[in-house]
Amino acid sequence: MSIDRTDIEKLGELARIAVTEENIEATTRSINEVLALVDQLQSANTANVKPLANPLDATQRLRHDQISESNHRDDFQPLAPATENGLYLVPKVID
Amino acid sequence: MHTKTLAELKTGLTNGEFSSVELTQHFLDRIKNLDSKYNCFISVTEEAALAQARQCDEHLAAGDAPVLCGLPIAHKDIFCTEGIRTSCGSRMLDNFVPPYNAGVVDKIAKAGMVVLGKTNMDEFAMGSSNETSYYGPVKNPWHTDCVPGGSSGGSAAAVAACLSPVATATDTGGSIRQPAALCGITGLKPTYGRVSRWGMIAFASSLDQGGPMARTAEDAAMLLNVMAGLDSRDSTSTEHEVPDYTATLNQGIAGLTIGIPTEYFDEGLNPATEQAVRNALSELEKQGARLKEITLPHSHLSVPAYYVIAPAEASANLSRFDGARYGYRCKDPVDLHDMYMRSRAEAFGDEVKRRILVGAYCLSAGYYDAYYNKAMQVRRLIKNDFESAFSEVDVIAGPTCPNPAFEFGAKGDNPVAMYLEDIYTIAANLAGLPAMSLPCGFVDQKPVGLQLIGQYFDEARMLNISHRYQLATDWHCQSPSDVS
Repeated sequence: MSIDRTDIEKLGELARIAVTEENIEATTRSINEVLALVDQLQSANTANVKPLANPLDATQRLRHDQISESNHRDDFQPLAPATENGLYLVPKVID
Repeated sequence: MHTKTLAELKTGLTNGEFSSVELTQHFLDRIKNLDSKYNCFISVTEEAALAQARQCDEHLAAGDAPVLCGLPIAHKDIFCTEGIRTSCGSRMLDNFVPPYNAGVVDKIAKAGMVVLGKTNMDEFAMGSSNETSYYGPVKNPWHTDCVPGGSSGGSAAAVAACLSPVATATDTGGSIRQPAALCGITGLKPTYGRVSRWGMIAFASSLDQGGPMARTAEDAAMLLNVMAGLDSRDSTSTEHEVPDYTATLNQGIAGLTIGIPTEYFDEGLNPATEQAVRNALSELEKQGARLKEITLPHSHLSVPAYYVIAPAEASANLSRFDGARYGYRCKDPVDLHDMYMRSRAEAFGDEVKRRILVGAYCLSAGYYDAYYNKAMQVRRLIKNDFESAFSEVDVIAGPTCPNPAFEFGAKGDNPVAMYLEDIYTIAANLAGLPAMSLPCGFVDQKPVGLQLIGQYFDEARMLNISHRYQLATDWHCQSPSDVS
């Protein structure tokens, strides 16, 4: 299966990565190379094969539904690009 | 001092031949004098290291020193370190100073090790050559015009150049074993879940696993002893008991059956690499192991399956980098959408963007079954191949990589040519099996790695075989020219 520049623009939108005009050709080409590689999977007979997500077929360990974390806001907010009064600042969402 | 193994340095410290401060200063000086040539380190933590070393000396004198007290180590810059920038090789995290330590970092600190700094790596661990790092490529200490392998290239080159006796690393598709092979050191990827991934920046969560890099199997065993074990903060961390990996190193290997997969000696393998690997197998046979040809019929599908599963998981994991809470934010975003689009476009490198886009494609409506589900089914076939092989053999052996270290730029802009360098390493990640690489010879003065793949949680057996091999050979003792 191969994709064209319109698909790349759509993927860029889905993944929230701006794809610029100057690199869209190269991106399309290299992604098609990867997709040609992964298309080899279609040759495998996988009828009745159960997909394997966790390599140990393990299920996730659960814990009791109790609060185990304390508030670390003062440790985390200095890492943010912009904060004010304990809130994270982002560009205006609603007018 | 720097050519000594971790085990020898431990003896030296215990016997008072040198102090931890002297030892730490020695390695810091080497980094200062030599790292401009190799670019192994993104951050060097000189002051903290010396302060830590002073404390270690007190514990050593008082006789209450923990097991690896005062011994230096370097951490791959993927492990969060409290108060020390953790970049993951990316512009995205160039300014990221974590407020907490990764599980592995905590365990190693508890064992008393002294952290020299954080090592260079392919951006977000995506690469096999270290060429994708925002901080520039790492040079292979054996040939500085060649790559060290990736993604743990900084850790591998630092150990090879004796800038640190050991280092931590991570392996998603070969990122411990391939650079270990290309730099001529010993590196081990444990069983999935054996080592905590808490605070280890996620790339592909069903594949990622941290492990040790060292010059000898004995050193790798000593480090794995303190890295392995349950961490309740990582839901994939396993309760499986941790043995003392050093206790069985010396056992004889007579009577063991070593499986040799036909598919790992195909036409893609460099003939000189093959010869070095075959010689290593003969040595193991000489020590009484039995070699048995086996087949892993779905091997050729491991790279295609990986390049669906890893990008799909990466596209989900890396969606957290949004420019809002930490990491890079573009200048003057006009709105939220613009902030996401430009922050991610400006701060991720080409390979990372490529994998996110491939992953988004494989997971998108209409393609999920054809790609992601299919890849997960093939993944089971690959695991089944190993399970049937392990009904007949104790361990599997073959080459780590098809070729020795290649020159910078040699793979051009064809991503697939680079991906195929991991052709023999990826299957162990898909199946979650432990695997390691150890030096077994040279081709054109470039190191060659022998790969061992073990049964689940059988790291001790691989380390035992590697140690016995290293007792009989001296490939692991050889060093690049300016190490002496």
